[in-house]
Amino acid sequence: MVGAPIAPHPAAIAPKETFVLNLGPQHPATHGVLRIKMTMDGEYVDRAEPVCGYIHRMHEKMGENRTYAQFLPNTGRIDYLSAMHYTHAFVSVVERAAGIQVPPRAEFIRVITSELNRISSHLVWWGAFLLDLGGFTPLLYAFEDRERILDLLEGITGARLTYCYYRFGGLCNDVDDTFLEGTRQFIAKMRPRLKMYRALVTDNIILRKRLIGIGPISAELCRRYGATGPVLRGSGVTYDVRKAEPYSVYPELEFDVPTFPEGDSMARYLVRMEELAQSLRIIEQALGKLPSGPVMAEKVPRVLKLPAGDFCFAVEAARGRFMVRVVSDNKEVPYRVKLRTPCLSNLSLFEEASRGLFLADALALLGSLDLVIPDIDR
Amino acid sequence: MNETVPNPAPPLQAVDYRLKGYHLEAMVAPDQVVPAARAMDEQGFSLDTITGVDWLAQEQMEVVYDYFHPARGLRTVVRARIPRDQPEIPTISGVFPGANWHERETHDFFGIRFLEHPDLSPFLLPEDADFHPLRKDYTA
Repeated sequence: MVGAPIAPHPAAIAPKETFVLNLGPQHPATHGVLRIKMTMDGEYVDRAEPVCGYIHRMHEKMGENRTYAQFLPNTGRIDYLSAMHYTHAFVSVVERAAGIQVPPRAEFIRVITSELNRISSHLVWWGAFLLDLGGFTPLLYAFEDRERILDLLEGITGARLTYCYYRFGGLCNDVDDTFLEGTRQFIAKMRPRLKMYRALVTDNIILRKRLIGIGPISAELCRRYGATGPVLRGSGVTYDVRKAEPYSVYPELEFDVPTFPEGDSMARYLVRMEELAQSLRIIEQALGKLPSGPVMAEKVPRVLKLPAGDFCFAVEAARGRFMVRVVSDNKEVPYRVKLRTPCLSNLSLFEEASRGLFLADALALLGSLDLVIPDIDR
Repeated sequence: MNETVPNPAPPLQAVDYRLKGYHLEAMVAPDQVVPAARAMDEQGFSLDTITGVDWLAQEQMEVVYDYFHPARGLRTVVRARIPRDQPEIPTISGVFPGANWHERETHDFFGIRFLEHPDLSPFLLPEDADFHPLRKDYTA
């Protein structure tokens, strides 16, 4: 019998047997009503098929039966954690088409409020992501800091989440000293908090083992699926709409675009953590440079009719590239409003990127994409 | 779809970015959207989005492909017009896999059929939806 091949165990040669695991539409790790139909090979993901549309509201149809001004509040309700950026894109596409010049003070305030919104959005992601990974405490720290931003923005916009602060030609009202002083204090308080976040979470060995090397996404995969934002920058690509298609007063401000070449979940985590510091840097500069003057353009027609044709405007929202495409036939109501949202493209690569991962790692990957489901479903 | 046919360069036209928000645009024949996508792919572009516009008065549907370049910041738009009574156009999901969902969504909203698309089942609309709400003659 010496030298005879050992017969493989029957389990090793059994045909692959898969089962379907339904994740969602309401599941703690999906942050909203996303359903993922997972075909599992034991603990491994064979195929993960996202099923979208559970909170589809047809914003694009609403855009076709109301005026530009009436549609503006809708844009703050697509990605409800990133309302400033979305309203920024929509007012800017109208300003671009109508040739409205926005006063510099208004643009600086737009940048300040947009970057505050980016920080508050990243803080929600940070808390929720760690919750997915099994760490409860960081959420409480994140929401404490986020609360300061919500209070500041509530003071000038009247809203805590779905801001509609920007108007065609400027802002609905100027900022006051309470806001400016409060924002300065926030920057001073937030910087040591970032160090504490690092000590508490980022350097934590359990977190690192859960994220390093997990769910790798290459730059080429991002390109083929149109992924943008921290997902793309976590694959080492220095793409940021604020630099690639500069808008507002971003060219007058110095900031870096953090990238990490590893492409794993840790890289995407680190991009967002670095962006918190960069946003503080932008806000600090914008506060220092804030010019005096009006916050509304002088001649904005009460009845807005854009010239016929199509117009695009893209911004760097908290989750990546948000682009509005407006088609006008020179009427008060848009002929067509297309909303290109980052989360849809970022999620579309999940099926390919999650293949062969452990279920727990696939959920870490999903959380590192920072999805907001109404942003996908619109 | 023939691999041996060299890609004809799409007739791109320069556009004033400050006015329109994109740098180049091209109107191509419906059967040229795949070669155009392949040309964009070879140049390193990424797919931004795909959508439709219903031109009811002209009895046409327009399919709009937006591309952006992750390194050069360039924006291009490729358009094609198809007859409204037979809204069919080849899929580009074989070139850009990200096109899959955008085309499904465009099929939901406009009823545009993307030929050889792997799965045109409703994406955002209910699974039994047989209506296309962004058609201009749609009434709820």
